[in-house]
Amino acid sequence: MYGYYFKLALRSFRRNRVLTALMVLAIALGIGACMTTLTTFHVLSGDPIPGKSHRLYYVQLDPANMRGYNPGEEPADQSTRFDAEALLRERRADRQAMMTGGGVAVSPEREGVVPFATDARYTSADFFPMFEVPLRYGRAWTAADDDGRARVAVISSSLNERVFGGGDNTGRQLRLDQADFTVVGIIDPSWRPTPRFYDMYTDRYGDLENVFVPFSTAVDLKMNRSGSMDCWADYDGHPYDPGTPCTWIQYWVELDTPAKAAAYRDYLVAYSEQQRAAGRFERPANVRLRNVMEWLDFNRVVPNDVVMQLWLGFGFLLVCLLNTVGLLLAKFLRRSSEIGVRRALGASRAEIFKQCLVEAGAVGLAGGVLGLGLSLLGLWAVRQQPASYAQLAHLDLGMLLLTFVLAIVASVLAGLLPAWRAMQVAPAIQLKSQ
Amino acid sequence: MDILPILSTLKRHKTAAALIVLEITLTCAIICNALFIISDRLEQVREVSGLAENELVRVQIVSIGGDPDQAARTRTDLANLRAIPGVKNATVTNQVPFVNSSWNSGVRVTPDQQQATLVATSYLVEEGFMDTFGLDLVAGRHFNPDEFVDYEDYNQADPRPAIPAVIITRKMAERLFPGEDAVGKSIYSWGNEPVRIVGVVEHLVRPSQLGGPSAREYSMILPLRPHYNVGGNYVVRTEPSRRQEVLDAAVAALRGNGSDRIILEENTRTFEELRNEYYQAPRAMAWLLGIVCVALLLVTALGIVGLASFWVQQRTKQIGVRRALGATRTQIMRYFQTENFLLATIGIVLGMLAAYAINHLLMERYELTRLPLHYLPIGALALWLLGQASVFGPARRAAAVPPAIATRSV
Repeated sequence: MYGYYFKLALRSFRRNRVLTALMVLAIALGIGACMTTLTTFHVLSGDPIPGKSHRLYYVQLDPANMRGYNPGEEPADQSTRFDAEALLRERRADRQAMMTGGGVAVSPEREGVVPFATDARYTSADFFPMFEVPLRYGRAWTAADDDGRARVAVISSSLNERVFGGGDNTGRQLRLDQADFTVVGIIDPSWRPTPRFYDMYTDRYGDLENVFVPFSTAVDLKMNRSGSMDCWADYDGHPYDPGTPCTWIQYWVELDTPAKAAAYRDYLVAYSEQQRAAGRFERPANVRLRNVMEWLDFNRVVPNDVVMQLWLGFGFLLVCLLNTVGLLLAKFLRRSSEIGVRRALGASRAEIFKQCLVEAGAVGLAGGVLGLGLSLLGLWAVRQQPASYAQLAHLDLGMLLLTFVLAIVASVLAGLLPAWRAMQVAPAIQLKSQ
Repeated sequence: MDILPILSTLKRHKTAAALIVLEITLTCAIICNALFIISDRLEQVREVSGLAENELVRVQIVSIGGDPDQAARTRTDLANLRAIPGVKNATVTNQVPFVNSSWNSGVRVTPDQQQATLVATSYLVEEGFMDTFGLDLVAGRHFNPDEFVDYEDYNQADPRPAIPAVIITRKMAERLFPGEDAVGKSIYSWGNEPVRIVGVVEHLVRPSQLGGPSAREYSMILPLRPHYNVGGNYVVRTEPSRRQEVLDAAVAALRGNGSDRIILEENTRTFEELRNEYYQAPRAMAWLLGIVCVALLLVTALGIVGLASFWVQQRTKQIGVRRALGATRTQIMRYFQTENFLLATIGIVLGMLAAYAINHLLMERYELTRLPLHYLPIGALALWLLGQASVFGPARRAAAVPPAIATRSV
């Protein structure tokens, strides 16, 4: 029966070309706009580390003095060096790492490559197993390297290409700033967490850092840091000193079960109390332990404009659907005599209803195909923007299927009212005239 | 024109009438808000920065590792830059507008204040800053030569000396000392000592959007001479037509003063380019909303045309009867136009309520301000005109129905 209805639908398209074209166009525009904005949003709001994001937590403490204190406010969004190193020493979580962004000057030995500046990350050994960083060659450094301030580095594949011309270069020397480092590992080019959740003060959708060195080494050599440094008081001495009243370090932990997470939270409260008793912390214990998705949500990582565009896409689709409802109504009621004949020949109301829905679905399918083309065009336009997330706007298989599903479901929903009105047609009146 | 017959006819075609009203409501709500957001974004893009943007270029430089001679090298750099032909002046500073990194500190007006009155950005400058940037002084004076201190010396001194003077922006002065003359007053920001305000400039934006639109111009200028490793921004002022030439010469001059430094090529460009890139997002949003508005109006117009044509076809016999009873063509046309006007009015009224509701939601989540009232008449007018234009075709076709139709069949 459905095959027959489909054929009837195609035949009626040919009879009312203009009306059908208008309907298909309306749906295609709505689907195109909606899918472009939805895909962009989907790419930006996805889970950067699926499978592990619920086991990784970001630590926040409140080390500042009482000046500017408001009870119930959020604690500082980064940690001080003193607190990060203390927590790292006590090792209460399954894995833990401290880190901050940085910038280094790379002076290659290769002919014709001038020294250049690049982004770096200063972190501790657990970073690599914790974030499941795939290494193409070599290995990460160990906790012993952290303690010994070893001059070792893990570099990205693109830096490997640029400086050494590619290949397994573990064990080679790399000149960073004014010191020589040994390359111990090279990261696989497939690793690009989107967004770069571990540091909210860098370009969240940008490229990966090119150089990773131990934090202790970087601080020892006073290498340049990047990111945000937030100080609550003036201080003498170097910003990297342990006692500096500034937060500038991100601290992540891995806790495999919710019970461990609750226990770690209690430990953080106990640590805060201990620091208060020692006179370092002045504020009452105010800790946060958020997992990756909660942390991304808290930081509103998806740009506001992208979310507004998503809502705009949905609104536009809704208007296009209302349009389609009206046009479908016009189309079905124009064929009242034909429906009357079918009913007189014995078709039940349900059959008429089904026929109209199949026709609406066929319009949706055609609109979906055209809408797919329009969303590919729209995504191409998004990729032309100079924003750092622009290159990520691609239609994947899931979104492709969603386009068709959305088009058909939307047009069937739009067809419900017209189909219901069509099935109310009384056969007698239609057969009476002429 | 009698409204009642029109209303009673509409009551019998409730579905199609409701569809037109609903479509106009949604379109009105979306368009009012979209136009408002467009004007907000365009305002952002057109903001006054205070700098002589079309005359400035910026070079960003960093040393490989530390540089023990950084202060002396900065002085030679500046001398070299100022000697380039075509250069009016050059300066070095810790930060520039239209770049996302900035130095920010809380500012208090009394020493024992618990909460800072505001958070302002700090420009660390040397003698050539005011002239290079082209800032407009509206009160007080520039820094005196004896008020400048080298940043390195300031940082390493123990205890740190009081900063002798500060110049702030007018918006900041109005916020800190509303209604009063800020020159001569003191603020507390860096260190515990008061810092005297000696001058007020008209405009100087902060580098990033920190603090939102109201805090955009909370900037203070401190006479702490930075060396090139504090932010690494060399800014050179020249004529608009010679900018590329001067930029290349500046890069060459800086490279010539030592090979242990790196010029950050992608950050070295004219201020016009920096500004263009910085405002790319609001501009793109404004364009997108503009296209969507046009598309939305088009879709609504097509919908009204479709439904009106269908209605005319359905009521052919009724129109024929009216014409047979003596109605003129013009009266038939007026009937359909009035009907459309009525539906559009209902749609617009509901649409305005919906527009305010949407605006309320956007205000909470996306830092928008309240929709000003003057957008509603604009949206209303647009939709009335759209409705009338769309119904024109079908109404003319209705007017062309001959009276003989009435006699033709049951």
